[in-house]
Amino acid sequence: MPLLRKAGDSPRRSLWQRIKDVALADVTVLARGGVKAGSIERLEEILLEADFGVPVTLRLVDEVKRLATRGDVKTEAEFLKALQSLVAGSLRAGKSDTALVMSGQPPTVIVVIGVNGAGKTTFIGKLSARLRREGKKVMVVAADTFRAGAIDQLRVWAERTGAEFIGGQPGGDPASVAFDAIDAATSRGMDVVIVDTAGRLHTSDSLMDELRKVVRVITRRRPDAPHETLLVLDGTIGQNAVAQARTFSAAVPISGLVVTKVDGTAKGGIVVAVHEAIDAPVKFLGTGEQAGDLEAFDADAFAREVLEG
Amino acid sequence: MFDELSEKVSGVFSKLRGRGVLSDADIKDGLREMRRVLLEADVSFQLTREFLERVEQKAAGIAAIRTVAPAQQLVKIVHDELTAMLGEKREGLVFNSVPPTVVMLVGLQGSGKTTTAAKLARRLKAEGRPTRLVAADVYRPAAIDQLETLGAQLEVPVHADRTTKDVVKIARAGIEEGRRARDRVVVLDTAGRLQIDEQMMAELVRVRDAVHPDEILLVADGMTGQDAVRIAQGFNDALGITGVILTKMDGDARGGAALSIYGATKKPIKYIGVGEKADALEEFHPERMAGRILQMGDIVSLVEKAQEAFDAAEAKKLEKKVRKEGVDLQDFLTAMKQMQKLGPLEGLLKMLPGVNAKMLKQVNSDPKRMKHVEAIVLSMTAQERKTPGIINGSRRARIAKGAGRPISEVNKLLDQFREMQKMMKKATGGGRMSLPPGLMR
Repeated sequence: MPLLRKAGDSPRRSLWQRIKDVALADVTVLARGGVKAGSIERLEEILLEADFGVPVTLRLVDEVKRLATRGDVKTEAEFLKALQSLVAGSLRAGKSDTALVMSGQPPTVIVVIGVNGAGKTTFIGKLSARLRREGKKVMVVAADTFRAGAIDQLRVWAERTGAEFIGGQPGGDPASVAFDAIDAATSRGMDVVIVDTAGRLHTSDSLMDELRKVVRVITRRRPDAPHETLLVLDGTIGQNAVAQARTFSAAVPISGLVVTKVDGTAKGGIVVAVHEAIDAPVKFLGTGEQAGDLEAFDADAFAREVLEG
Repeated sequence: MFDELSEKVSGVFSKLRGRGVLSDADIKDGLREMRRVLLEADVSFQLTREFLERVEQKAAGIAAIRTVAPAQQLVKIVHDELTAMLGEKREGLVFNSVPPTVVMLVGLQGSGKTTTAAKLARRLKAEGRPTRLVAADVYRPAAIDQLETLGAQLEVPVHADRTTKDVVKIARAGIEEGRRARDRVVVLDTAGRLQIDEQMMAELVRVRDAVHPDEILLVADGMTGQDAVRIAQGFNDALGITGVILTKMDGDARGGAALSIYGATKKPIKYIGVGEKADALEEFHPERMAGRILQMGDIVSLVEKAQEAFDAAEAKKLEKKVRKEGVDLQDFLTAMKQMQKLGPLEGLLKMLPGVNAKMLKQVNSDPKRMKHVEAIVLSMTAQERKTPGIINGSRRARIAKGAGRPISEVNKLLDQFREMQKMMKKATGGGRMSLPPGLMR
């Protein structure tokens, strides 16, 4: 059995503080080429506790180990920097453009998808606020005809942010709502249409079919749309996020990720694994319930935050 | 639910199972693999460590002594420890002797409080306990609408007050309304909040101190990662929760959050949410769940579910008839219909020992198929149903036409029926229940 961390490490201490303990104690040992098994396993745990997941953690730890053995990282500061740049580097590998894709010929169509309770509707409210501040004409579309209150919830956000609103009837066909909305947005000269879909667990085949249909119908109306399909992930989620992302992206091509609720104690380390699994960039972070609580994603800042915060 | 975890755990132990003697190294290998499995299932670190230490201690004796089946014993130890990790025994809601019992639901945003409140109300109402819902989420847009809509659908009264943001006042008024209406239970649906949001947590404390809920249940997302411990501890430290409801357990999440939350708070998991429908709230049975994780199967749940759905009198009649004169196609149809009442085949199959997610994918059962079978049988004459042997080519064609299905399907059904007859013959004298092969392609 590998050595495991004994009690006493309070989970409230910052990740970096705890990494520092490891680094201070053992980097010198590592640098001399001697790898102390216990310290590496502790580093593993620290990353795993931030939901990085087993494969990503093992890879990061291996790289740190290699750098240390080669003598590339010696001091505490170097240790931190190495780990941060490894995390940021992973997020910058592959597709990593965080800007929203805007169609040259408006309206730009954005479809927002995810499991129940991930924060889709709130994200749309905040995205709408952001685009409105940039002076864009925004229409939000409630194609979540399943959850009670979902349509009203989005309507409130539309009113708050000065966006136009189109909603289906409760229990109606979400695809037809989306279809009509594209026409309405075009005729009303909208810059952006954001389509809110019902939360669905990726394991429900029939609901994934429904999602495919929504996207298919949008594409039928406008062959280049949707311009963005954003998958919203709850920041507190664990390893299941990878399975979610894989299944969703197999159903409809995902162009970007949104991670919500990262203002709590969750680190959201799983985004690295998700990014690597489906090669889609993280575009936004949700940091609260107010209209302004939306940040454009920055890999370096995220790496800093996840390791220091 | 727990599928992937159980798949992996059983993988670890199937390697050990057939062995007569386990060495120390075998046990260590098994436990190391187990550690990885638990971590990948989002079980918290601390708990994984404690769990493995306990198992290791108890397993130490096994290797030394040449027992009859050491691997089985190891499995039993792991099963017992898993059960302990999930909360020993089932604990239901605690009802106040003076109604209404007040249940307060708390949790993070998006964990499923409102949906759960409705499911809980439906369940309690079905148990003969008139229940009232109170919309105490004054922050999320349309949260009140959502609860009112759900309440109307389920015919459960909802107390709401859009004129105030004072949650204490709303809770008090809702409970008072429940008292006057002689409701047995009042369920408070509060707004989602982060456990580190002091101001919002203070609001919950004010509500608690004002209305003294009998139950404070943390509603937590079953897919939560390592943060589950901090979330559960945060709510427990601030409020003193009395139990937990885990939601979204119908996905393929490995369910580690269940283990973590109980481990961190020692507060029982009382229910799990397993779907979007209002009745998709199940009691949580730790010992059964542990069995499920180890793929010992959840026979107890299956039997209970079957009892609920089967018409006992009809089943008895059927049994008698089968013993006397064998089965005919009419019985086949009746049996299929009863099985249909049990719900989707996947749900049932999951409860059988040794069935895991991978096998379920192969099953790929088609709900329409049951309808087709019904149509085919109903297109037969009474005589044909009784003695399927008389069904010749032209009868097949007529039945197929009547049912609107291809002849090949009629043939297939008849083949299955013959298989079933054979099985019934074998099974007479205390055979075990099994499904006709090929019924689920």
